[in-house]
Amino acid sequence: MSTSRSPGAGRLQHVTLKQPFETIVAEHGTTVLRVCRAVLGTADADDAWSETFLAALKAYPQLAADANVEAWLVTIAHRKAIDITRAAARRAMPVADVPAEPIEDGRDLDLAAALAALPRRQREAVAYHYLAGLPYADVAAVTGVSTDAARRAAADGIARLRKTYPANGESS
Amino acid sequence: MNTNHDADVLRDLPAVTEADLAALHARLAERAADDGVLDVAYRTLDTPVGTLLLAATEAGLVRVAFPIEGHDEVLQALAARISPRVLRAPARLDAVSREIDEYFAGRRRSFDLPLDYSLSSGFRREVLTRLPGIGYGTTASYATVAATVGSPRAFRAVGTACATNPLPVVVPCHRVIKSGGDLGRYRGGPDAKRFLLDLEAAA
Repeated sequence: MSTSRSPGAGRLQHVTLKQPFETIVAEHGTTVLRVCRAVLGTADADDAWSETFLAALKAYPQLAADANVEAWLVTIAHRKAIDITRAAARRAMPVADVPAEPIEDGRDLDLAAALAALPRRQREAVAYHYLAGLPYADVAAVTGVSTDAARRAAADGIARLRKTYPANGESS
Repeated sequence: MNTNHDADVLRDLPAVTEADLAALHARLAERAADDGVLDVAYRTLDTPVGTLLLAATEAGLVRVAFPIEGHDEVLQALAARISPRVLRAPARLDAVSREIDEYFAGRRRSFDLPLDYSLSSGFRREVLTRLPGIGYGTTASYATVAATVGSPRAFRAVGTACATNPLPVVVPCHRVIKSGGDLGRYRGGPDAKRFLLDLEAAA
């Protein structure tokens, strides 16, 4: 994924200064929260955001100065979201992100619920590609699938959201 | 962030508000401090000589910066010199802020704060650690300070040490002036130096 140098960057030999971590939070905090909300739902998103930025702060001195910070943060957020989901499962709580009723026409679902009703792979692909802006190759690297599979998951997810979230059809 | 029309369906997601982020940021700062990874905490403080940037390591106050220095540039320099783990985290600077407020209100004549001199080394550091010995409301010449540190001919180096003091106001380099009475250089500019001397003379 693109957390490493892009081809040719090495030839430029420019010194990239590592920004204060505060700048990282200011620039990416909103996007990471939107991603966490989309993947986990609002209730667990704050915990995922906190765990993500705390882990990122700890690792930040070792991050390459020219790294793709957004992809790096999404990678951490992805792992933290999995941790939180597993912890919730271990506590044997009702699985919040699977709707209790089959969705037939979905007319009553709001967008967050429609997202929650997507299969996890699709939800992740939609969040990482459309909300975080990662290219499919990076989405694939984060989620451990092929680039084609990541592209398909995002496309399928968006197509399904269009069906289950009718408000979109009225406004576009 | 992306213009792909495929994502139109996502635009109705609830907005992330400033209050959402402020709460998360405060929690992050607190947990970072608890886990010992808040290497540099900072805040700003409004004073009569402008909005000061205050930064502290776990060891103590490490930097006081005037607006004319450019707070963003100062934070970038702290990231490079000390650690990139820099967060706006006011709690560590509560005592510093209180004492500086008291100083500008004329109710404090000396600071009782842990100081981190790690941005200074060698002779400059030696000079700076002597400056709190110059009493409130008094001044000393560069030459006198040079003599105090045992290098009477090094008054120019003393001038440089004062002009590059990373802890102005708290470490009172403003009390060091030229032998003839000229104010000399000051990181916050000549007006700020004049203001501090007048403040102390009036109190």
